[in-house]
This record gives sequence, structure tokens and C-alpha cells, in this order.
Amino acid sequence: MTVSNPDTATPNPLARFIPGSEDLKVITAADGFTEITADRSRLIGVLRVLRDRPELDCNLLLDVCGVDYPMNEHRFEVVYHLTSLAKGHRIRVRVPVDEDDPRVPTASGIWKAADWFERETWDLMGIRFDGHPNLRRILTHEAFQGHALRKDYDPEKRWVLTEAETFVPDWVTEPDEEEDFETQIINIGPSHPATHGTLRIVARLDGEIITRAECEIGYLHRCFEKMSETHSWSEVIPYTDRLNYCSSMINGVGYALAVEHMLGIEAPPRAQVVRVILSEFSRIMDHAVCLGAALVDVGALTNFWYFFQPREEIYTLLESCAGGRLTVSYARIGGLAHEVPADFEDQVRYLLGYIPKFVDDVDKLVSTNRIFRGRTEGIGALSAEEALAWGWTGPCLRACGVPYDLRRARPYLGYENYDFDIPVASTGDSYARYLVRLEEMRQSLRIIEQAIDNLPDGPVITDNHHAALPPKSKVYTEMEALIWHFKLIYEGIKVPAGSAYLATEGANGELGYYVVSDGGGKPYRIKVRPPCFAIFQAYPHLLEGHLVPDAIAILSSLNIIAGELDR
Amino acid sequence: MRQPDGSSALLTTRLEAMLAWARKNSLWPLPFGTACCAIEFMSTVSSHYDLARFGAEVVRFSPRQSDMMIVAGTITDKMAPVVKRIYDQMAEPKYVVSMGACACTGGFYRAYHVVQGVDEFIPVDVYVPGCPPTPEALIGGILKLQELIQSGETQYDRLKS
Repeated sequence: MTVSNPDTATPNPLARFIPGSEDLKVITAADGFTEITADRSRLIGVLRVLRDRPELDCNLLLDVCGVDYPMNEHRFEVVYHLTSLAKGHRIRVRVPVDEDDPRVPTASGIWKAADWFERETWDLMGIRFDGHPNLRRILTHEAFQGHALRKDYDPEKRWVLTEAETFVPDWVTEPDEEEDFETQIINIGPSHPATHGTLRIVARLDGEIITRAECEIGYLHRCFEKMSETHSWSEVIPYTDRLNYCSSMINGVGYALAVEHMLGIEAPPRAQVVRVILSEFSRIMDHAVCLGAALVDVGALTNFWYFFQPREEIYTLLESCAGGRLTVSYARIGGLAHEVPADFEDQVRYLLGYIPKFVDDVDKLVSTNRIFRGRTEGIGALSAEEALAWGWTGPCLRACGVPYDLRRARPYLGYENYDFDIPVASTGDSYARYLVRLEEMRQSLRIIEQAIDNLPDGPVITDNHHAALPPKSKVYTEMEALIWHFKLIYEGIKVPAGSAYLATEGANGELGYYVVSDGGGKPYRIKVRPPCFAIFQAYPHLLEGHLVPDAIAILSSLNIIAGELDR
Repeated sequence: MRQPDGSSALLTTRLEAMLAWARKNSLWPLPFGTACCAIEFMSTVSSHYDLARFGAEVVRFSPRQSDMMIVAGTITDKMAPVVKRIYDQMAEPKYVVSMGACACTGGFYRAYHVVQGVDEFIPVDVYVPGCPPTPEALIGGILKLQELIQSGETQYDRLKS
């Protein structure tokens, strides 16, 4: 099986820097990536050049994943997605790996971000990363046998975990070298109000100061990627809703855009504008949950209840459009599930007048509050370079002073036509993250205002019946429409063989979908690049030197959503 | 009980019925929230839907202080021992509401890491369907639990007898 789109050969960007690299296969893929195929002996050299040469400057590692092709000569493929923020180019490195020796050297010495991504690839695909500092399972549990995303793994095969087998880091039992004062180990989570779901942190305290910490995740690993391989392309949309369930519309739109790119179709203008409006409302809701929860954790409970009111109003809008409040499943490949309600514009304008008061009130209540500032200023700070090395994107990266926003950097859905600012802070601490999110809510309102003023008329779903069901009125009256309906329901959408990585600006950062199709009615492989995953792996590092209450304040300022983190 | 004319009157009942009446109107929920359902649980307890109207607003994250566990969200095999342990730590009498499709049956995650319903390892009193259930549905589930407590038909009552 081959998974290349009809791509164009392209000059090798590495030829100048690596002697003997002229024979590397380099193409420009249809999704805009420069795609380099290298074997594993050369991998580290290639990755180092990509990061270090100023001409290439790939400072952000987006994703590492594995794909399984049992019919190929080399069964596995490890795929690296990189980007350069300064140059704007995107590079994909593909490394074929044999089944009988599934190893590649680790990239965790080049980008810190590679650490967890490689552990995930080991856990789910069974590819070893030589030299990795801590290569153990990350999403599945300790008693799990096998590697779940391999094609020969039965999707329903479960392994039972008993309490005795739960994970404890090695260093917990090791004696501390500088042990002259009382050291103790504390465990937070996975069932703890401050973990907002299902995270677990093990920390070593010297007095009250955290000296070392480690996170355990995977408590909400719901097998999204395996499930998507067992469903048709359009049946994946409800699963995407449950990634970041605080802003489910954004996930569905991102997935639809990736599949639309593979199909070579585009949603009609009206659908695109409605997608923008609902995505921005979802962003506001997501930030409202994050800020509300962050404020609860530092003792400001009122704001949490207060922010629920605008959220309920947005839920009402989503419910009237899609039928669901939280998990909307409203996006479709090629557009939207159905037309928006007749009073859509009135509802949106009502919300535009209703929400700013809540944002302003919280701003006035909290932003200059001395207790809040004392709890968050200088807490959990990260420099821009560090944040990029950890693979941070979204509001957390912008709080470190990097104005990277995909809506501006690689516009989609016509974001280039909207006038909005990208809020940036410079200190990179919890307070900066709070300020950035608060301002982003206002900017989202600005985008919605422009979008609703220019909401075009017309259909909300493409008339390309390879992708979208024909209207019911035609199905009952026209033979051809009936046939299309029948084919799409029975066989599903047929996506041409190939692969693509498409990313949208999720509420937490770059939400990417790496989609592989073998031409059939089901996805061959879908890899989600979850923004939380990269952000959360820096968390133990952020904790060092802080107090336990600070750990809580930092965690809530990062907005870790377990559904997206664990998938 | 004081009558309007100032005279006293007695109200007779069985001790069990009075205890049940007290218990059902002061349920202290332990939200075992893991996923999307937890967000809807938050909606249910916050101002708009206001679970306080049904006496169940005192949310406690400590199992020792609560008597109604609301399992809100997908439970994975990795999480299962934790749920069991928290349930075991709750003081009796204790009740379990399984909120949402995942907690009830695994939902549409028929998958290698997902528990196919929490009743695999803890007794469940009320199953609330939905993905996620609306706050109205969860309130409906809690009202149902109150009925079961009053009539003595909860899993706890069954195991006791």
C-alpha cells in the first residue's frame, strides 16, 4: 500500500547540510508539508539539521506517531511533524521500521516535547525508542499486554488491572541524596477535586517545597484512535466531540476540514461562517470553564458560578442549532448537519450583547485582586524558548510571548478576512495565562460580530454527493439521489488513499489531525495532535521549587482537558 | 406538632420511614467526574439548574463525607481500581448514580481500555441515559433515587436484608 497523494518532487532542503543526503526522498505533499523519508540510521542527523540550521529552524515539534502497514515490506512507519514558527514551513519526516526490529533512536534529546509522544508511540504501536529516558507505557495501564493500535490487535480485547498493580515511580522508594531534612512523598489524584478529572501527580516534598514530580495520565484513555478505525469517516465526528468536550464544535470542524482536504472539497460559504461563529462561541465557553475552575482553585468560587450563566446561554444557542448542548456533532464532512434555526442571527446578536458584561465583571473583580495576583504572578513561569521546546501552543504559548495562532499563521475557514488581535503576554506565568484567555474571549466576540454581519445565504452542505447525503426531498423523488443516499449510508464516504495533517486553533492550542486513508470507507489511521498533551508534559518541570497550593494554581491555569489529553 | 389553634398533635411513623425521608432529602453527592458528563454535572449544581432545590447541593470530594456517588463519565480499566476503592471508603448507607452512557454501559466506546458499565464492580441504583445526559435528566435520576430510598429498594437496602 502506498500512502502518498499525487505529490510533486521537490529540491532536497537537506542536501546542502548533510553530505550524502542527496538520495533522500523528498516531496511536497498536498497538505503543504515537505515530506522527507529517511531511514533510522540517519534520523537523528536529519532532525538535528532541521532544528539547528537557521535556514530550516524547525523549533516546534508538533507530533510523533506510528502507523502500521502489515502488508508493506517495512511494517511500521514513525512520522514526525515539525514546523518553524519564524519561516512558517512545515516538515514531515517518515521513518520506515521493520517488524522484527522495531526501534528508532529517540528525539527527546532534540526536542523535550518528543518525550511523551514517543512513549505513546511505544505504548500503542510497540516501537522502541533507543536512549529514551523513561520509556514505559503512558496511556494504557501497567497490566496491559500488546500494543493496541497495531492492526492485528482486537479492538475489544481488554486487560483487567488490580489495585496492586498501579504505578509508583522508581524515585519514590530511592533515598534522596541530600536527605538531611524531612522529605515526603504525596500523591494527588486521580480522583481529586483539583485535578479536574483524571490526572495523577506524585510529588516529593522537601519541607513544603516540591523537589520532584511525575505525572501519570491515561485514566481517560477511551481508545479514540482505535475506535475511529472501526467506524466510517462520518461516524468519527461524534467521537471527536468528546476529545475536548468543553469546546466540542472546534474538534468536529477540525476533523471535517482534514477530511475535506483529502476529498478536495470545501464547505459552502454559509457553512464556513456558521462554523466560525460556533467555534468562537465554543472557545469562549472553554475559556470560561478554564478561568472559572482556575479561580475556584485559588478560592474565588463566585466567578465559577458567575461564568456558568453565559455558558448556559451559549448552550441554548448550540442546542437550538444542533440538538445537543455539550457534544454537538454539528459539523459534517462538507458542511453542517442542517440549516441553523430561523432566529439564529437574533440569538447570536443577543449573546454578543449579553456576554461582555460577564467578562468585564470578572476582569474588574479579579485582575487587580491582590490575593489572586499573589497566588498567580511569577507562579509556574516558563520562558518562550522552553515553552517551544516542550511543544506548547495556544494561549499558554502566547502567555510566554510568542504570538503563534493558527488562525493568523495558517488561516482556515476564512479567518484571514476577520479583524482581530492576538493577545500576548510576556511573563509566561499563571497570571499571564489568565490575562491571555480573558482577552481572547473579547477577541472571539469581535470575530463573531464581524461574521454575523456578513453571514451569506445559501446551502450549509456541499452538493458533492460523494461526501454529503442528498436532500431528503430529492431522495424520495429522484432515482440518482436515492442511489447516492444508498451508497453513502451503506459504504460510507470513500476518501482517496493518501495522508494529510491539518490543524486548527483549538481552545488550548494547535489541534492537529493526521489522517491516513487507504481508499476505503473507514479511516486507516487517525492521529490527533492534542494541545494539552504537549502542555501537560512540562507540568512536573513547572512544579519544581513551588509549594503544593501553587501546583494546584498552575494546573488549573494550563487547562488540561482529560478527554483530549488521553483520547 | 403544633396545630393552628395552639393544641399539640402527634405524628406517628416508622423509624425507617423517617430515616429514609431524612436521607433522601439530604443526599451529599460525591462527583466521580472523569469526562464530558462531569461538565454537565457542573451545570446541574450551578446556578441555572440549582441542585440545591432537591437537597443535594453539598458536593463533597471526600468519600467519607458523602453518601451518593455520581459516576459521571467514562471509566477505563486503569481507573476501575480507583473507583472501587473510593466506593469502599464511603460510609453506609451509600448510593450510586451512574450518569451517562459510558458509566452505564461503556457507551459507544466498545474498546480495549474502557469498562463496559460500572456495575461490573460496584452496585448501581439509578442509571441515567444520555451522552451526556442533560441536567434535567440527572435531576430526574436523583428524584428516582429519592423514591427508591423512601421505598427501601436501593441496592444498599437489598444487600442489608
